[in-house]
Amino acid sequence: MSGLGRVVRSGVARRRVQTVVIGLATTMAVTSSVLGGSLLVASSAPFDDGFATQRGAHLSARFDAGKVTADQLKAPVSGVTASAGPFPVTSVTPSDDGPGDAPPLTVVGRAEPGGDPVDAVTVTEGEWADAPGELVVSADGPYAHSPTGSGVGRRLTLADGSTVTVVGVARSVSRTADGWVPPSWISAPEGYQVLYRFASAATTEQVDAARAAVTAAVPEGALSGSQSWLVLKQVADRSIAVFVPFLVAFGLLGLFMSLLVVGNVVAGAVGAGTRRIGILKALGFTPAQVVWAYMAQALIPAAVGTAIGVVAGNLLAIPVLAETEDVYGAVTLTVAPWVNVVVIAGALALVSVTAWVSALRAGRLRTVDAIAVGRTPRPGRGRWAARLTARLAVPRPVGLGLARPFARPARAAAMVAAVLFGATAVTFAVGLASSLNQLQIARNHNSADVKIEGFGRGGPGPGPGVRPAERDVDPVAVSAAISAQAGTRAHYRTSETEVTVSGVAGTTAVVSFTGDATWDGYQLVSGRWFAQPGEAVAPTTFLVATGTAVGDTVTLDDGDKSVTVRIVGDVFEMSNDGMVVLTDAATFTSGSDRSSHHIAVRPGTDVTSYIDGLNSALKPLGATARPGRDDQASDTIILINSLTATLTLMLVAVAAMGVLNALVLDTRERIRDLGVHKALGMTPRQTIAMVLASVVVIGVVGGAVGVPAGVALHEAVLPAMGESAGISLPPSVFAVHDPLSLLLLGVGGLLIAVVGALLPAGWAAKTSTATALRAE
Amino acid sequence: MTTPVIELRDVSRRYDDGPPALSDVSLTVREGEAVAILGPSGSGKSTLLNLIAGLDRPDTGTVTVAGVRVDGLGEAASARYRRARIGMVFQFFNLLDDLTVADNVVLPAQLAGMARGEASKRAAELLDQLGVARHARAYPGRLSGGERQRVAVARALMNRPALLLADEPTGALDTASGEDVSALLTELNADGQTLVVVTHDLALARSCTRRTIQLVDGRIAGDVVVEPTR
Repeated sequence: MSGLGRVVRSGVARRRVQTVVIGLATTMAVTSSVLGGSLLVASSAPFDDGFATQRGAHLSARFDAGKVTADQLKAPVSGVTASAGPFPVTSVTPSDDGPGDAPPLTVVGRAEPGGDPVDAVTVTEGEWADAPGELVVSADGPYAHSPTGSGVGRRLTLADGSTVTVVGVARSVSRTADGWVPPSWISAPEGYQVLYRFASAATTEQVDAARAAVTAAVPEGALSGSQSWLVLKQVADRSIAVFVPFLVAFGLLGLFMSLLVVGNVVAGAVGAGTRRIGILKALGFTPAQVVWAYMAQALIPAAVGTAIGVVAGNLLAIPVLAETEDVYGAVTLTVAPWVNVVVIAGALALVSVTAWVSALRAGRLRTVDAIAVGRTPRPGRGRWAARLTARLAVPRPVGLGLARPFARPARAAAMVAAVLFGATAVTFAVGLASSLNQLQIARNHNSADVKIEGFGRGGPGPGPGVRPAERDVDPVAVSAAISAQAGTRAHYRTSETEVTVSGVAGTTAVVSFTGDATWDGYQLVSGRWFAQPGEAVAPTTFLVATGTAVGDTVTLDDGDKSVTVRIVGDVFEMSNDGMVVLTDAATFTSGSDRSSHHIAVRPGTDVTSYIDGLNSALKPLGATARPGRDDQASDTIILINSLTATLTLMLVAVAAMGVLNALVLDTRERIRDLGVHKALGMTPRQTIAMVLASVVVIGVVGGAVGVPAGVALHEAVLPAMGESAGISLPPSVFAVHDPLSLLLLGVGGLLIAVVGALLPAGWAAKTSTATALRAE
Repeated sequence: MTTPVIELRDVSRRYDDGPPALSDVSLTVREGEAVAILGPSGSGKSTLLNLIAGLDRPDTGTVTVAGVRVDGLGEAASARYRRARIGMVFQFFNLLDDLTVADNVVLPAQLAGMARGEASKRAAELLDQLGVARHARAYPGRLSGGERQRVAVARALMNRPALLLADEPTGALDTASGEDVSALLTELNADGQTLVVVTHDLALARSCTRRTIQLVDGRIAGDVVVEPTR
C-alpha cells in the first residue's frame, strides 16, 4: 500500500464516527434521490411512449352535429399540425341481459385503427370492426373483459333492441372513445369528433389557446366538448406522480444534509489535524496529496453510502411502482438504469466537490505553521457569551456549556443546520401525515355511525358482500324505517348512476342525495354545497376534464335523458377517479340506481343496540344495517406514510449524528480544557451537563427555524402533490398545525441536538483526567 | 507531631506491560510540610502526583489524603475530593483562555456550589493577596507567565484545600518569574499551607521546600529534610 493509501486508511479508521455519519448521510440522500428520480421518470414514461407511438391527440374535440357539418370541420385551423376526423359520434347504452342498466358508451365511427395521422389506435385483442353490428371496445372501458375473461365475442343489446358483437379490444392513449364501429353504422350522428395535434401544446395555456382557435373556426356553440391530452397525462401519471413532490423534498433535504455533514467532517478533520498535516508535509507529501488524502477520507464512506442508498432506493421503488402497474396493463415499471447512474455520479461528484473545498485549506497550510500550531483553537471568539453565562443563575457547568457554541461559531452553525434540517423533516413529516389523515377523512366522508348500502333496483349485479335479496329493496321504505327508529339524529340517502358528459371519454358517476348530507364530512374546496334542484357540486378532476369551473353548467346524459346542472361548488371527492357529480335527487334520478343510507345517531345512543333495533325494522324490507366509520386507508396513503416515516427517521438520525460528529470534534479539541475542569473538581455528571448544555442554544435555534421551515415545506409540497394527483385539496388538509404541536415540534429540535450530544457527553465524562491534561 | 495529610502505603502502579511506574512506595506528608518530589524523566513523579490527586488509581497499596482513602474513589467522588481538598498548579498554568482571570479563579468554588457572592469575594481576596487583582477582568492570554501562574495558584487555593499540588510550577517560566512563583509558594507554606511540588529543578526544591524525596525508577531513592535557602 502506498504512503498516501496508508494515510487515508488510518484517517478513515481513526475517525469512525465521522465515517459512519458520512455513510449514513449519503445513504439517505441517495435513497431519496433514486426513489424520487425513478418515480419521476416512471410516472411519465409509459404515457409519453404510448402517446408518441400513437401520435396522440393534443385535443379531442366533439362538435354538435346540429350546429356544424362534417365539411365545415375539415376547414384548416391555425396552429394545427395534424388532425383526424371528423368521425361520427353517438352514445349507446348496451346491456348483456336487457336495456337500461349498464353504463353508456361514447361510440365513434372509424374505418381503420392506425391509418389516421392522429390517434393511431392499437388493437390489443381481436380485430377492427369493419362490418355493421361489430364493435371494438376500449381496453380501458368496462366491456374489455367479461366475467369469463376476454370481452371479445360478447354480444350486447342496445336500447333500440338491436345487438352488437364485440370483435376487438383496442387502446387509445388519447382515450378518444369507449368504442369504435364502422362509420356507416352511425347513420344519424349526435356529433362529430375531430382529433388535433398542435404546434404548441406543452402547457395548459397553449392547449387553451389552441382550443380557442378551434372554437373560433366553427359556428358559435358547435364545440360541445373537448378533452386536453394534459388532463389524460395527469390522470395516467398521478398514481406515481403524487409521490414525487414529497420525495423531491426529502431528496433535497437529504442532499443538503449530506453535503453539510461531509463539509463539516472534512473541515473538522483538517482543523483538528493541523499538526498531522504539518508532519505529512514535512515528510514530503505534496499539497495535492494532502488534499486528496482528506478528500478520500470522505469519499470512501460516501461511496459505501451511495452503494447502499442505490440498493435501498431500488428496493423501496418496487412497491410504489407496483401501485401503478394496473394503470398500464401488462407494462411492468422498473427503475430506469440511467437514474441510478445519474444519482451515483451526482452524489459522488457533489461529495467530491464539497470535500475538495473543505480540504483545500490542508493543501494551503504552510508546513512550518502547521507543525507549530497545537490542537487548541485560538481563543478570542465568544468571550462575551462566556462573560454573560458566568452571570446567569444556572449551575456553572451549564453556564460554561451554554457559552460554548459562541466560541466556535462556524461549527455551531453547522450543528444548527443539522438540527434545522432534522426539525424541518420532522415537522414536514408530521404535517404530511396529519394532512393525509385529514385527506383520508375528507375522502371517506365517513362520519356516519350506521350504514345501509349496496342495494338497488334491477342493477347490473350486487356489490361485494351484498346479498342478491337486497337488490329489490325500496329505498323510500328504508328511509321511513330509519326516520322512525329511536336514536336517529340525521340520515340521508344516496343513489348512484353513470352518465356521459359531452366531450369526455368514459363515464361520470352521478350521486343523487336525498336529505342533508353536509354533516357527513363532505368538504368543499371552493363554492358551496348544492341548495336547490338544478345545482350540483363536483371535484376539480371533473371540472378540469370538462373544462368547466364553479358557476358553469354541464349536461349529464344517462342514455334516457339529458339534465343540465349548474356547478356551484368544487367538492373534494375521489370516487370514480374524481369523475363524479353530486347533486340533489330532485335534480337527477335514474331508474337503475344503487342506493345507500348513511345515519348519525343521537349522542349517547348505543350504536350496536341501535343497529339491532333498526335491523329488526329493516328485515321485512330485505335490507341490513351495519356499523359505519369503517375507515380504510388507501394503499397510496399507507405507502406515503411509510416512506415518510422511513426517510424522516433517516434524516433525524443523520441530523443527530451531525451534532454528534461536531461535538466529537469539539470534545477532542477541548480535551485539555476538559481535563482542567475535571482536575478542578468537575464531576462526571457536571461534565455531561456542560456538554449537553452546549447544544441547548443550537437545538433551540435549529428547532425555532426548522419548524417554520417544515411548515413552509408542507405548505409548498402538499399543493404540489394535489396538483400531481389532479385534485384540489380542502382547507382542512392544510390546517393541521396548532401552536401546541408546533411548540412540541420545536422541542423536537432540542431533542435531536441532545440525542446527538449524549454520546460525546458520555465520552467527555469518562475521559481520564490525567490523559486529558497530557493531551497536546 | 502534626496530622498526616498524605499517607501512601506500599503503592505500586504499572501501565500496560511496561516497567512499574511506581513500585512499593510508602510515604507520609504531614500538615504544614513542604515536600519536593524530585527525579529524572520517567522516574514516576507524575504518577505519584496523579495518585495523590485522585486522577489515577494504584494497582496495589493505599493512598489516603486528608483522611480520605483516595485509591477506592469513583470518578464523581474523586472529583468532589479534588475540589474540596486539593489545589493543583500546573507547569503550563492550564487557565481557561475564554474565561477572565476572575472567572477562572472562581470556577472551583462554583463547581462546589458556593454562593456566587461569597465566591466572588473570596476570589477577589486571593487575587489581591497574590498581587494580580488589577488583572481580574483581563483574559489569561494578556498576562505574563508569572502572572498566569499566580492566577493559577489563586484558583488552586479557592476552596481552601488541605493540600496544594504543584507540577513543575516554574517549568514554563523565565528565571525572574520562576523565582517570583517560588517565593509565593514559600510564603503560602509559611502561612501553613501543606505543599507538594513535583519538579526536576533542584533550585526550586531547595528554595521553597524543606524536604525532598528522590524518585528513581519508581522507587524512593532518598527522602531528606533540607534547610530552605531563603
